[in-house]
Amino acid sequence: MASVDDIAGLRRILSQSRVIAVVGLSPNWYRPSFFAAKYMQEHGYRAIPVNPNASEILGEKCYPSIAAIPVPVDIVDCFRKPEEMPELARAAVAKGAKVFWMQLGLRNDEAAKIANDAGLDVVQNRCVKIEHARLMGGLHWAGVNTGVVSSRRRA
Amino acid sequence: MTDRKFGFDTLCLHAGQVPDAATGARALPIYQTTSFVFDSADHAASLFNLQTFGNVYSRISNPTVAALEERIAALEGGRAALAAATGMAAQMLALLTLCRHGDHIVAARTLYGGTYSQFATTFDQFGIGVTFVDADDPAAFRAALTPNTKALYAETIGNPQLNVCDIAALSAVAREAGVPLVIDNTMASPFLCRPFEHGADIVVHSVTKYLGGHGTTMGGIVVESGKFPWDNGRFPQMTEPSRGYHGVRFYETFGDFGFTMKARMETMRTLGPTLAPLSAFLLLQGVETLHLRMPRHSESALAVARHLEAHPAVEWVNYPLLPGNRYEPLARRYLPRGAGGILTFGVRGGKVGGAAAGQRFIEGVEFLSHLANIGDAKTLVIHPASTTHRQLSEDEQRAAGVTPEMIRLSVGLESLDDILWDLDQALEKSQR
Repeated sequence: MASVDDIAGLRRILSQSRVIAVVGLSPNWYRPSFFAAKYMQEHGYRAIPVNPNASEILGEKCYPSIAAIPVPVDIVDCFRKPEEMPELARAAVAKGAKVFWMQLGLRNDEAAKIANDAGLDVVQNRCVKIEHARLMGGLHWAGVNTGVVSSRRRA
Repeated sequence: MTDRKFGFDTLCLHAGQVPDAATGARALPIYQTTSFVFDSADHAASLFNLQTFGNVYSRISNPTVAALEERIAALEGGRAALAAATGMAAQMLALLTLCRHGDHIVAARTLYGGTYSQFATTFDQFGIGVTFVDADDPAAFRAALTPNTKALYAETIGNPQLNVCDIAALSAVAREAGVPLVIDNTMASPFLCRPFEHGADIVVHSVTKYLGGHGTTMGGIVVESGKFPWDNGRFPQMTEPSRGYHGVRFYETFGDFGFTMKARMETMRTLGPTLAPLSAFLLLQGVETLHLRMPRHSESALAVARHLEAHPAVEWVNYPLLPGNRYEPLARRYLPRGAGGILTFGVRGGKVGGAAAGQRFIEGVEFLSHLANIGDAKTLVIHPASTTHRQLSEDEQRAAGVTPEMIRLSVGLESLDDILWDLDQALEKSQR
């Protein structure tokens, strides 16, 4: 099982998931992690911040670790350094998450293997916001080549 | 799983446009509206903060225009595109996103005259310096670099000299200098050449020409490859907090389409040369047959070039794919599917001299159209010395590659026999 990188696979993940643990979510509104979490909130997802240095971001209580989140999580979305990925993958597995997602610029084969072996879908080097906007949202309106060729209406 | 890589012809018809979400309309709806309602005050704030993607005001984005943008981005193999009112506006948006007062561009000397004027006159007024160098000499581009150089600029095929650019060689110079290579791909269209495959970083087009293809509508576009490393230290406007957007860093936030976002949200938003939705619709109809038109333009142009070469009233013919043409090796490399529909030739001066013979030829054509455009479905002719370059002295004309006897042809899609017939009878009149 490899990383999910195709349109059908990404669509499936985004349509089956609702709760996203955002590891490394910044409270600064102009940071990419904040942009991504705010966008996902506006598109019907719950974005739970994992940040030991903040108490509340985007109206959601912050937790110091993935394990501390008291509700089930669908996607663990990582905005941390590549070397932290294996440990976060283990935490995602322990939490019972369904998807381990490494953000744009992040790749870690060891972490991918840990998550894959436990049956999680893995996404590497992609932004959850950009992929949602590309496949289900408004990225097309920004002139971006979405790669979508289809004769079906957009849902 | 990997996604299917659709062919160029399929992308000509489908990229950037799925059936309308609201109505199921299969053809592209024309969203003839200036503005778009916000769902809530918070939605409005998110849009203005660039935290969500959506339409606010058609100066910045419009769903009909977006279909054209995505389609041409896909045809060029690029990451994102920004449409503009004209080709001139598109190149201006690209370069003003890269350059500020005090910055510098190195450009080919053989550029289209309108581009030359924009750079030499208007950019000069903005305090942006442009050094024009020999288009055939990558070392001249390298020698003209300064610490403030922010772009190299050239055309796939020059107009009207029909010089073919060694894109890969210029790309090597650009890469070494840490600046993007901007290529005007108007004369080739992405059917004949995709500059990103040879190392270009930004492509601009006058969509008015072959992409639109029918001489009905003005338009331009800027396409970014998505591969330029904007964090190399030369482009603080891409990596430092934007004053216009409360500290957003375009490259960090939008990554491989950060340049297009900046061009759209800052340069286009503040300068405003927007493409109209109806124009985008009309241009898109042309793009849908690009893959059928370009082979025919190229085949007919080569046939016309061969015919003229053997004609007693013709002194010389310039077409990049003619055997023996100085640019034939570069054309075979960069334009393997054809060199497009533009060629030039010299009418033999005879008793009256080249300039008068050229004018007589132009006045003698029956259905070839005498006008100042290229890339129409119809065949076009012009005598540059008595029209587009009339205000220049003969020496200045020669420096611009225009000689008194030169005729420029933009070979269209009519029956080849008829095109040859009209050329022959007009050439006969030119020699009387």
